[in-house]
Amino acid sequence: MDWGSIISQTLSALIGWEVVAYSLAAMGLNIHFGYTGLLNFGQAGFMAVGAYGVAMGISTFGLSLGMAVLFAIAFTILLALLLGIPTLRLRADYLAIVTIATGEILRLFFRSATLSEWTGGSDGLQGNPLFTQQFKNLNPYGGPLDVGPIFLTQHILWVITVGWVLVALGILVTWLLMRSPWGRVIKGIREDEEAVRSLGKNVFAYKMQSLIIGGLFGAAAGVIIALAASSANPDNFAPQYTFFAYTVLLLGGAARVFGPVVGAVIFVGALVFVDAILKGAMSDGLIPTWVMDGDQVGQVRFILIGLVLMLLMIFRPQGIFGDKKELQLDAR
Amino acid sequence: MPADNEATTTQQGERAKAAVAALSTAEQVPGGSKPDPILVADNVVRTFGGLKAVDVDHLEIQRGSITALIGPNGAGKTTCFNLLTGFDKPDTGTWQFNGDEISKLAPHRVARRGMVRTFQLTKSLARMTVLENLRLGAKDQKGEHLWASVLPFLWRDQEQSVTERADELLEHFNLVRVRDDYAGSLSGGQRKLLEMARALMVGPEMVMLDEPMAGVNPRLRQSLNEHIRGLRETGMTVVFVEHDMDVVRDVSDWVVVMAQGQIVAEGPPQEVMAQQSVIDAYLGAHHDAPLTEAEEEAQLEAVQEQLAQESEEGTQ
Repeated sequence: MDWGSIISQTLSALIGWEVVAYSLAAMGLNIHFGYTGLLNFGQAGFMAVGAYGVAMGISTFGLSLGMAVLFAIAFTILLALLLGIPTLRLRADYLAIVTIATGEILRLFFRSATLSEWTGGSDGLQGNPLFTQQFKNLNPYGGPLDVGPIFLTQHILWVITVGWVLVALGILVTWLLMRSPWGRVIKGIREDEEAVRSLGKNVFAYKMQSLIIGGLFGAAAGVIIALAASSANPDNFAPQYTFFAYTVLLLGGAARVFGPVVGAVIFVGALVFVDAILKGAMSDGLIPTWVMDGDQVGQVRFILIGLVLMLLMIFRPQGIFGDKKELQLDAR
Repeated sequence: MPADNEATTTQQGERAKAAVAALSTAEQVPGGSKPDPILVADNVVRTFGGLKAVDVDHLEIQRGSITALIGPNGAGKTTCFNLLTGFDKPDTGTWQFNGDEISKLAPHRVARRGMVRTFQLTKSLARMTVLENLRLGAKDQKGEHLWASVLPFLWRDQEQSVTERADELLEHFNLVRVRDDYAGSLSGGQRKLLEMARALMVGPEMVMLDEPMAGVNPRLRQSLNEHIRGLRETGMTVVFVEHDMDVVRDVSDWVVVMAQGQIVAEGPPQEVMAQQSVIDAYLGAHHDAPLTEAEEEAQLEAVQEQLAQESEEGTQ
């Protein structure tokens, strides 16, 4: 087995664009679920809107990169409003149902053959030089990063630079928001919205603000994915990505500022590491073919990771940063 | 603070006397008018399917008094609370608070007008500290606006004064020891105190307490009684739902009795509890008509015993 390559792959992944994307998506869910108690199962939808907002803004409507980003932000806010107005007055589980459906509607909408002239259909928006060219032109790096075991291409290096700046900003904003009286109302809503209402707070307005802010984090994740892959592909926004983001959030610890980032590093790091180990073991013939064949590595790594996650949730249900005492509180 | 206590005791007498004196001129009939009502409700009807849960023709609440709302289970007391505070919408009905129409307002707007409620099942915000629970109650906080929240210098001074007020209330309600504990770790009685203190943070003119004694041990019950009386001393109007007749007798200046959604009797506690219509409300009219006078007396005794038992059951 080539341990050098395995370590190199894993270390590069730890700071890579996937960690950035999962961090941002989970940071949005942290605002929604961790702090406000909104069960948003449609984060992939927000991610898709961010990705397609920028990609379609540039490729389809010929906007500049800056305008396309604004277009994506406006699109995201519109989605949050559309989603929130009918559902935020309802009980939490209704929001969960509606959001998971909305995520799928959006994915199928972007995927549909009828609209492929604008959205690229099932192939996604790619190959169009306009889409990432402006972003690439802004790249301040002269070449790829190749330090020790870490290797990143020039393009990815630029994507993750922007990405980590966004993550840092997101952490700062989350921290500022959640230590303020605004954050206190938000956490109060998570605990019991009727009580907060009885104290004269407009719960609906706060939930809407939370939905928009968390949605913007999700959209930022989508933009990073689109830029890194140089394509906006509908299959990158399937429902499982919402659940991966939830996994990341719970892994790090919900309602903790650094939870999503640490969760994303562990989740992506473990996936890449196990994948590399399994592939190495397969090529060395260490795993007999009646156990698994080479095509099954992708699935088996998820089985193994799932097992580890289950153990983690059993023995450390509060996540890495969580407070077990808090979890055990009688939430009457 | 012994001096303080003394001052409140004498004052307590005055306010209580004032409330009783004011109510002595009030009519002792269902929907009777009061000399200085803070809340006036008319034709409030709420149906659930075929059931008329609340059907109140007219109700007035005297300012600065403690009014108890009693009645058997399912009489519509809590529904009535929910309607008046905007947490439920009536089929018909209007009511005015301080002369302002508030029957169409959302619950948070009702609270901002100065009418704050608590809940039958305590709603302490479990994963927040006791102090944070209280701070949340304060009205008009600049830092509660999204844009201002990320600029701490805009709200830091206000936060300071809010915290001071919260600390005063914690002191008053004997919650200083648990100031920084999670509210979810408090006992049932402490949660009731916390909820009351939190409601006071809003600075209400009128507080509506839904079964403030439910699930509270007898010792804390006594201190809760005093806190409720204390609210009147600060000029607040109190309405509370309660099953414990001893508490009702001890604390209230006026009692409103509901049965099957309607107000069946009103008056000072001693008088109301002796009324036939009230006993009927609890036990059903003509449950079995007595044949002789001796039987009637025996039945009356049995009824009183049962009432006492019921109130005891409410305690547990």
